[in-house]
Amino acid sequence: MNSLSSTKVEKFYYLMRLGREFELAAKEEYMKGNIAGFLHLDIGQEACSVGSMQAFDKGDVFTHYREHVLAIARGMEPKLIMAELFGKVTGVSRGKGGSMHLFDPSLNFYGGDAIVAGHLPLATGCAYARKIQGEKAGVFTIFGDGATNAGAFFESINIAAAWKLPLIFFVENNYYAIGTRIGWVSPFEELYNKAKNFMPAKRIDGMNVCEVYKAVMEAKEHIENSLGPYFIEAETYRYEGHSMSDNGKYRSEEEMDIFKSRDPIENLKKEALRLGIVSQEYFDSADQKAQEVVQEAVEFAAASPEPNLKELYEDVYCKECTNVIP
Amino acid sequence: MLYREALNRAIDEMMEADESVVILGEDVGRYGGSYRVSEGLFAKYGAKRVIDTPIAELSIVGNAIGMAIAGLRPIAEIMTVNFSLLAMDQIVNHAAKFRYMSGGKMTIPLTIRMPGGVSRQLAAQHSESYETLYSAIPGLIVLAASNATYAYYGLKAAIAMNDPVIFLEHELLYPQEMEFKEQKAFDPFKAEVVKEGKDLTILTYLKMRYDVLEAVPTIEKELGISIEVIDLNSLRPLDMQTIAASVQKTKRVVMVEEDHKTGGYGAEVIARITEELFYTLDAPPLRIAGEDVPIAYNRKLELASIPTPEKIVSRIIAWGAKHGI
Repeated sequence: MNSLSSTKVEKFYYLMRLGREFELAAKEEYMKGNIAGFLHLDIGQEACSVGSMQAFDKGDVFTHYREHVLAIARGMEPKLIMAELFGKVTGVSRGKGGSMHLFDPSLNFYGGDAIVAGHLPLATGCAYARKIQGEKAGVFTIFGDGATNAGAFFESINIAAAWKLPLIFFVENNYYAIGTRIGWVSPFEELYNKAKNFMPAKRIDGMNVCEVYKAVMEAKEHIENSLGPYFIEAETYRYEGHSMSDNGKYRSEEEMDIFKSRDPIENLKKEALRLGIVSQEYFDSADQKAQEVVQEAVEFAAASPEPNLKELYEDVYCKECTNVIP
Repeated sequence: MLYREALNRAIDEMMEADESVVILGEDVGRYGGSYRVSEGLFAKYGAKRVIDTPIAELSIVGNAIGMAIAGLRPIAEIMTVNFSLLAMDQIVNHAAKFRYMSGGKMTIPLTIRMPGGVSRQLAAQHSESYETLYSAIPGLIVLAASNATYAYYGLKAAIAMNDPVIFLEHELLYPQEMEFKEQKAFDPFKAEVVKEGKDLTILTYLKMRYDVLEAVPTIEKELGISIEVIDLNSLRPLDMQTIAASVQKTKRVVMVEEDHKTGGYGAEVIARITEELFYTLDAPPLRIAGEDVPIAYNRKLELASIPTPEKIVSRIIAWGAKHGI
């Protein structure tokens, strides 16, 4: 943290706090019946979402379905995300995508994708295109530990390495694919082992936003210098179940306590105060602002209209084609 | 013009006109394409735009989707429709759905070319007709090219479309010499009236078009009727207008397809005709389709599993006799 500016640390804190407040509100609205379907919360993992998006600020991003905080950290307006969760037409995907499908090409943000590992080939293809287009920023893709057992994962690391693509693979290893411990279905739990013969691969503390930020900055430099793909495994933990329908009973209280003692938000605050680089006043005002923004997002979502029924047939196909050769 | 040359010319011209058009697939580059469709393109456009991929169909299609998102206009070649099943998730869950579930924000201008159908003794895992699977998916466009004219104009149209297109070819057609008709305006979604007639409409597509045309003179002679033959060309969307106009005229319809009968593509076509045109029909529709079996290696068994000109003749004559035609 010492090497980072206080502004950066403040930004990390605010975005993580905003993300957590957003998801706590989403959980509450789900309980009230205002949000339905699958709701995968990022609570506990905010350092991965915020640190990575703050570092990877230019290229294309392909995400999995646990992406509210990633979208916020990427610059998507919380009220558009909340409206999407409410299924409203004002939502970022006009109420047709829901929690798992937040897309915004204007932010180069493609996802979330709700097929485990399904977005990795897309990220790979996009990285290929960026490379031949001569663009340096490359592609970032994030996925969970469960995805590293899928064929799409192996195909993607193989192709990315063979063609030296500018692509950062970022796995959030929270140890559980829904309720299956990664070690029960994988020969080891340190997942960077799966990529280390293909590309530089490292394991970092995913509960520490500064460490995530630095790792992604390093990876970014690597891909920008045309050195091929880069693999980061971030050890992290989700405090909630896989989704709202999961009570998380497969994990022990002891294990939960260990990770909660490493809470990314509280620990960032504690450390910044100890070093004296951010004031208590900033944290108080950031907390308050986050609550206000989330409150406004909920109000916006609640007051927004449902999609008109004619929307049912919209967007299945392109009506007007642009960039079409006559 | 050879069928494969028509496809090659379409790709070549599109690549020349727009540098965002790329082709990827197994053996498409240095080898020249499994069926020689991409012959010469590697030399002309280079490795960046004519991309040899691993044998990993999920990635061929998945990577193509990513390229499309990044602003390219990819043509993904899958060696046979059988192998496209490995890419089914990418085709169905990603390519077909991104536009809808992003509320119209995502555009996937992707063409997936693949041959299907029964060739010669390739056995079950290389001889299938899965058009019925892809035609059932909203968000996909499914075109089936039976001739050089459609192969050329239809493929050009597919590449130009901003929606994902499944472009079906047939393995036996690649080396066929065919008539090529210059077109001023071309609508890829329009069915082609291949032969006009008054008393019976035969609907077909892909290679069965030729088996039907071979069978028609005998049937016309035996039954003393005149037959209209329609090549559907576009399976999704289906040109119901052309079909309805023909069936209203002839009042009888036969569907001929190589696909398996149960749940085959013809089942949908006949269901729609029955639903929309029931009272114009003078006879129950007839479906001539492949048997409900995997395709055998043995040539005799293989031929027994799909329609042939002889079978088309005997089935229609028997059906005609039964219904007073």
